[in-house]
Amino acid sequence: MTEALSPSAAPPDAGTQAPVWSIVPTEQGGRLVLEGTWTVPKGGVPTFDANALKNLQNGQSLQVDAKGVGEWDSALISFLWNVEQASTAAGLTFDTSILPDPTQRLLALLPPTPPAATPSQFVRQNLFARTGQATLDVLEETGVLTDMMAQSSLGAVRAITTKSFMRGKDLLSDIWRAGPNALLIVGVVNFLLGAILAFVGLVELRRFAAEIYVTDLVGIACAREISAIMTAIIMAGRTGGAYAARISTMLGNEEIDALQVFGIPISSYILLPSIISLSVMMPLLYLYGTLIGIFGGFVVAMSMMDVSATGYWIATFNGVELKEFIFGFIKSYFFASFIALAACRVGLKAGRSAADVGVAATRAVVIGIVGIIAMDAVFAVLANALGI
Amino acid sequence: MSEPTAQLTDDTLIAVRDLTLSFGPKIIQQRVSFDVKRGSVFAVMGGSGCGKSTMLKSMIGLLRPTTGQILVGGEDYWAQNERRRTDINHRFGVLFQSGALWSSMTVGENVALPMEMFTDLKPAVIRRLVELKLGLVGMEHAIDLYPSEISGGMRKRAGLARAMALDPDILFFDEPSAGLDPITSARLDDLILTLRDGLGATVIIVSHELPSLFAIADDGIFLDATTHTAIAHGAPRSLRDNSDIPEVRAFMNRVSSLSSPTTTEG
Repeated sequence: MTEALSPSAAPPDAGTQAPVWSIVPTEQGGRLVLEGTWTVPKGGVPTFDANALKNLQNGQSLQVDAKGVGEWDSALISFLWNVEQASTAAGLTFDTSILPDPTQRLLALLPPTPPAATPSQFVRQNLFARTGQATLDVLEETGVLTDMMAQSSLGAVRAITTKSFMRGKDLLSDIWRAGPNALLIVGVVNFLLGAILAFVGLVELRRFAAEIYVTDLVGIACAREISAIMTAIIMAGRTGGAYAARISTMLGNEEIDALQVFGIPISSYILLPSIISLSVMMPLLYLYGTLIGIFGGFVVAMSMMDVSATGYWIATFNGVELKEFIFGFIKSYFFASFIALAACRVGLKAGRSAADVGVAATRAVVIGIVGIIAMDAVFAVLANALGI
Repeated sequence: MSEPTAQLTDDTLIAVRDLTLSFGPKIIQQRVSFDVKRGSVFAVMGGSGCGKSTMLKSMIGLLRPTTGQILVGGEDYWAQNERRRTDINHRFGVLFQSGALWSSMTVGENVALPMEMFTDLKPAVIRRLVELKLGLVGMEHAIDLYPSEISGGMRKRAGLARAMALDPDILFFDEPSAGLDPITSARLDDLILTLRDGLGATVIIVSHELPSLFAIADDGIFLDATTHTAIAHGAPRSLRDNSDIPEVRAFMNRVSSLSSPTTTEG
């Protein structure tokens, strides 16, 4: 019988012919006859229907005849690979002897079966194992961070007393990047926040004819919380992310290895300038941010409220005590140390590829922001207990 | 002078004994032993992924071996405390695969930093030494350029100048020819030999670049990726001509398939 199976028997169009295949029975078994244009852009990748082999007996051979094929590319090879697997599964000998030599060699490169799909990497552990692992991770990270803190403090002491491993130039450039470079964004954000606070406050306070208290609202909120937190969040995104990216890039570039081989301590050489510059500059940025925030409130109040400029400032100075500034200043210092330490730690722990640099930067920002908010909550509780 | 009967002869500078390297449960190389003679150019050879660079890392103090010893001048390197290891490290000069110049510093500052940190020399003296080291590798013109402003080959030469900053007597090279064109690579080979002779240093080179291995190495070890151990010792040239191990001969002669029928497919 000469039943020809050709599922893709589309009529040939002008110029190119669609890929067509059929199996013709012979004495040895069968012959797979291919015709048309077998290219991915023109005919796609045809699939082979294993049912087409059901008329052939185990042990017979399937010869491939591609003399009628015009142009071809991976589409043909992929199809033939498919046929090879199907015929091996059916116990047939796959005979490529009359194919052109280059095609035969390409087919010979391919493994007998395509790779098995890798099982998903997300193996679900049970809740206890995950909790335990998470606890261990947290404990380990706490230990590592403490160790880093101790090493850097030791490095700082050494930098003052004896020969320093820290280069003054690195410290200066870090200070420049963590301080003056951030003035604009810290200013803009704090100005707008101060203005928003004043606006919302005025609308509400006006109902009680207590508009003048907007000075207290803006002043205390900025000095105590808003400016400290917003400045820290900006710096976590800006400088923390940059630290993590820089250190993990150095890691991938073997620069950290080179430091280690020379015996130059990473703690004082890389960590110290970063930590010092951020913890020195951020409290100053906080002060600047607070003043800008109060100024933002002042601008809104001037346009919405019937009060003189002098009156507004006097009310502000009377309402906002110095301790609010001291509280915010101290908080800023701790936020800064945390951001710098966490970012350096994340950078040092990162992998060595380009994707790892991105992950490290993201992680440093996330850890920084979450850490700041959590620390702020602790500070609020402490302040409440101490009556500040 | 030298006593061939002793386990460590006088001219052995580095002796590796039964070294096993692993990352967690994954064994990279096991029970590797070899001696590096003073003044020789010793090659650590092998195919990609066989653990050559890992071997180098354990020799320069970046990766603690699982078991085994590395004796540097008779001293068990990994048995020392960190301070002593740093002192030993100052006998080492390492040229990393990518040069590993510190990217925030100029080429000159890169070479100067180790001297600033570990010597009491005056800045003017350090400057002259930096010019000297950069002059030796032909990079004096790049003293004020940043690593990102120079080519890969120049970065390697600058890295070599930095490796020589503390006048080490042992130079390590991690794939010095990787990513270099043949001419640049041959020049680097010549430079390595000149520096070895001029400074009286011992050179340990990790490479799979055959022309460079044949040109400069006079002893070596061949690491195998399937058996995870050293399968041949000797100079690359003699391994190429005389080795009776088919894998080694195939590698050294750059033959894609093994000629011996006894080997199995990997």
